[in-house]
Amino acid sequence: MLMKIDEITRVLNAKVICGEEYLSREISHVFASDLMSDVLTIDSRNLLLLTGLTNVQTIRTSEMADIQNIVIVRNKKVTTEMFEIAMENKMVILECEYSMFRACGILYAAGLQPVY
Amino acid sequence: MQFEYFISGGDFSKAGQASSQFKKALQQLNVAPQVIKRIVVALYEAEVNIVAHAYKGKISIELQPDLVTMTLTDEGPGIPDIEKAMEIGYSTASSKVREMGFGAGMGLSNIKNNADLLEITSKVGIGTTVKISVNLAKQE
Repeated sequence: MLMKIDEITRVLNAKVICGEEYLSREISHVFASDLMSDVLTIDSRNLLLLTGLTNVQTIRTSEMADIQNIVIVRNKKVTTEMFEIAMENKMVILECEYSMFRACGILYAAGLQPVY
Repeated sequence: MQFEYFISGGDFSKAGQASSQFKKALQQLNVAPQVIKRIVVALYEAEVNIVAHAYKGKISIELQPDLVTMTLTDEGPGIPDIEKAMEIGYSTASSKVREMGFGAGMGLSNIKNNADLLEITSKVGIGTTVKISVNLAKQE
């Protein structure tokens, strides 16, 4: 099961903050965490990260872990610094008003897979 | 090739800049992406440790055709019990560090999982040296 990011944007009722040109990327797996130490241990192929942590380390961690697709949940806002590093690394960032649980539920029901 | 970066303790806005710069250098040198990931995840964890725990530190990297050796030396409180610090879940991180998404006691074991060699030496009240080597030819 693969899902394009523009479809994910639609089902999560999310807003594209950066990476408009990469919305055709296909996602197979989702990982949801506010703990960056956990994010640094996972396989990142075709991965979407869901997090409510909005600071520059969210983006730095994603950069190091080769994660290019991020959804910020709980109506948190991306900072200018996060935006700049994300742009530099060709990342897609979506902002979503839903809670982590709700966003996970929607994507799981849509057929996306857990990392483990 | 040699690389050197200086790290300020406590400055989370800059944490990861050295790892980011070194990652770009490895990409330019066409190192395999899966090897780059192991190197930079280990380096980033160790860089964050300096920011989280030390006053200041230095990263010296020696890149050879088949091996990268990264030595991170800090001036800081040191680690009284290295074996304990290696245990998953053991952490002395502040609440500020935890707010940044770290401090869960996973860093050193994650470095170990990504490295081919990890050596830690520390003197309480003086500082810590972490030496991480990754074999560039080894594929996961």
